[in-house]
Amino acid sequence: MHQAVSAAISIGFFGLAYAMVLYLISVGLSVTLGLMGVVNLAHGAFAMFGGYAVTELMARAGLPFWAALTGGVVLVAAGGAVLERVLYRRLYGGDELDQVLLTIGLVFISLAAARFGFGTLDQVFHPPAALAGTITIAGRSFPTYRSFLILCGAGLVALLWLAVDRTRFGAMLRAAVDNPRMAEAVGIDTGRLFAISFALGSGLAALGGGLGAEILPISPAYPVQYLVDFLTVVAVGGAGSIRGPFLAALLLGISQTAFLYFWPAAGSFFIDALTLGLLMWRPRGLVPAA
Amino acid sequence: MSAADPVGALAARHRWRWPEALPWLAAIAAFFLFPGYLALGAQILASILYGLSIDLALGYGGIVTLGQAAFFGTGAYTAGLLAAHGFGAPEPGLIAAGLAAAALGALSGLAVLRLSGLAQLMATLMVAAMLQSAADKASTITGGADGLQNMAVGKVLGLFAFGLYGRTAYLYALVVLFVCFLGMRALVHSPFGRSLVGMRENAARMTALGAPVFARRLIAYAIAAGMAGVSGALYAQSTGFVAPDSLGFDRSGNILVMLLLGGIGRLYGAFIGVPLFMVAQDRLSDLDPAYWYFWIGLGLVLMVRFARGGLLGLAARWPAGRMRRE
Repeated sequence: MHQAVSAAISIGFFGLAYAMVLYLISVGLSVTLGLMGVVNLAHGAFAMFGGYAVTELMARAGLPFWAALTGGVVLVAAGGAVLERVLYRRLYGGDELDQVLLTIGLVFISLAAARFGFGTLDQVFHPPAALAGTITIAGRSFPTYRSFLILCGAGLVALLWLAVDRTRFGAMLRAAVDNPRMAEAVGIDTGRLFAISFALGSGLAALGGGLGAEILPISPAYPVQYLVDFLTVVAVGGAGSIRGPFLAALLLGISQTAFLYFWPAAGSFFIDALTLGLLMWRPRGLVPAA
Repeated sequence: MSAADPVGALAARHRWRWPEALPWLAAIAAFFLFPGYLALGAQILASILYGLSIDLALGYGGIVTLGQAAFFGTGAYTAGLLAAHGFGAPEPGLIAAGLAAAALGALSGLAVLRLSGLAQLMATLMVAAMLQSAADKASTITGGADGLQNMAVGKVLGLFAFGLYGRTAYLYALVVLFVCFLGMRALVHSPFGRSLVGMRENAARMTALGAPVFARRLIAYAIAAGMAGVSGALYAQSTGFVAPDSLGFDRSGNILVMLLLGGIGRLYGAFIGVPLFMVAQDRLSDLDPAYWYFWIGLGLVLMVRFARGGLLGLAARWPAGRMRRE
């Protein structure tokens, strides 16, 4: 009994930390898919560059963790904004296969850039001293950094949802997801809206990549290696939805941790089977947008 | 052959044109010109067949698949396991591999084809991912991550052994590819093939016309799966080795890129995209894999920007271009 409680607590804890990272990275992908109708297979690259920016700014420029994280998010969001102007906007509402081709092209370029700039090894990530080690809660010890990830993730999710629900920009975003032509007809500048959402989504991915560098190690293979996980979160949660992917990230993050805990020999078999089942049950996602 | 004679116009589509001999002449010429690269050549020919299977499923059938490796790998493991257990004759192995993959295609198609768009794409991916985990973990049967190594592949027609230089493998793959291609060409020009294109363009209207959309897509998906299985078996038999990555995401993704590079839904896209991609990969990766990734990536971005519809799409925009997407 005692052991079962112990197992449940550690599965819940590690699963939750993983789910936060998955959600922060994937929510931007959900918006690009639902709002602009673009299958952005290069989304993982934004998270990867966020991770590189954080680790490199800390290691080479000697910046503190917070400054490096902020720097990474700003850099990647700016890069996202430029790419949106130059490349992505031509794809809106276009042929899906063109989108696949262009975004895979970007994945390859980012892979080459990462290899060339940073080598093929995993980046070394040291949490700041204040978040290193473990903390003890009710007689159990937990890694401090993961506890911080959970709290920080929960805070960011609350902030994001408040912004989407309560701000003028959030209302415009929801309107455009529901019905882009109607949104345009009532005077919303959708071009500008798309650009801002894309930059925000890229920035969030960079934040997730940087914060989660301990859970999903940063290497040139990152955009390919975890692409399926991000796509799964969006497809299961519901493309275009803000809350759906959170539910999906929780469900998949915790169940994946549980499967690996109880049956490591089965690898990812059961999580893939669960995903397939969820897709069959809810083809438009757990929380379909519009 | 105008609107006044629709039957004649359709029949004319089916007629052979002289440029269609070019890929085969090139393949035969390559056999004599590049004797040192026949092992790579055999893999290219097998990959063209794999590309054709995606063209049938996605290009003609409109089935969004990012998990075709499920069938490629099933074929590879079927041929590999047969050869590892004393049934090394290549031809029956090839047929068994095609049938096993087609059966899996029909079975998974029952689920996958009920979905569309992103959900369909993810479902195809999950089927492949599940099989890859299974192959990776069932190491007593498959050899696990180390791969299946004790394959003993017999002689083609009982006469020609698979040698070090790949001469047998090359010609074997060429003949198999040619036979499969003839079948696929006939299929896409048949009323069945025309109805697939109709469903791709407008499934609701085809349903209204009384076409059994689900059943026909299922058949097309199973045939495409069978072709991918045969291609996987060609790989396994010519290299004498199968590993779980034959079921992996890269295997599904790269072939899609190759096909889109050549032009999808045009029957000949794979014949252009696959050799271009694989030869460039072979040459550039020798220098540094980073170069390869950079140039292919840049090429893809520029292609979407300036040459939509792949290289055949570019050719079709010239006034004399006749290889139209159907």
